Amino acid sequence: MSTHRDDFRNPLQRARGLGSGKTGTGHFWWQRVTAIFLVPLVAWLLGLLVSFVGADLATVQVAIARPWNAIALSLFAILLFWHAKLGIQVVIEDYVHTRGLEVALQLIVTLACALGALASLYAIGRIALLA
Amino acid sequence: MAIRERPLSPHLQVYRWQITMTMSILHRASGVILSVGAFALACWLMAVAAGGASYLRAADLLASPLGSLLLFGFSLALVYHLLNGIRHLLWDAVMGFEIPEFYRSGWTVAVLTVLLTAAIWFVALQGGAA
Repeated sequence: MSTHRDDFRNPLQRARGLGSGKTGTGHFWWQRVTAIFLVPLVAWLLGLLVSFVGADLATVQVAIARPWNAIALSLFAILLFWHAKLGIQVVIEDYVHTRGLEVALQLIVTLACALGALASLYAIGRIALLA
Repeated sequence: MAIRERPLSPHLQVYRWQITMTMSILHRASGVILSVGAFALACWLMAVAAGGASYLRAADLLASPLGSLLLFGFSLALVYHLLNGIRHLLWDAVMGFEIPEFYRSGWTVAVLTVLLTAAIWFVALQGGAA
């Protein structure tokens, strides 16, 4: 309390207006939401990838271009990179104790994961529309 | 007064090994590996989209000893992270919180990871399932 001596709000009011009081569970929640949807998608993806063994390019393109395959693969790419971003964020928070380096790494990881997802969506779109 | 290093509390080396600690760090390690794998997947999708020489290069890389080793590593990490992730989700649903259940679910995930990864590669090396 000593640091808030000139603040007339009670602790609950401060918590509602500040920091983790508002969005503290957001990271936990979205990590679980993405995880839950990734479970069936990973099982499906493993089947799809195994079916590609020994297949030629045209076969792979036609399979990815099938409407629900393209849609499910797009959803998978979004959830995958989102989930990866949330996970790597915590690893950096835990192990990198130099503030500048930590912030720089968080920015790089965020950008890289966004680019990874966008590149995947672009590739899937291109395969689906041109195959 | 000279600044002395703060004393450290007892760390990993004072604890008897338990499967739970290994499962925990492997979940994080496999997650980091799979994050790299996510970018490999994105690159592969780009190669499939580009076709021609790009796809041949990607296919050659995957068929090389290093590529095969990476694929095997990714598959192992994926199966492990998937199964242990389900274990985590069950904990989030407040299931399996007795100490013996922690050990049992840990060993279950470890054994299933080996079996499932072996099954995937068995099917893959047979020439594809579908």
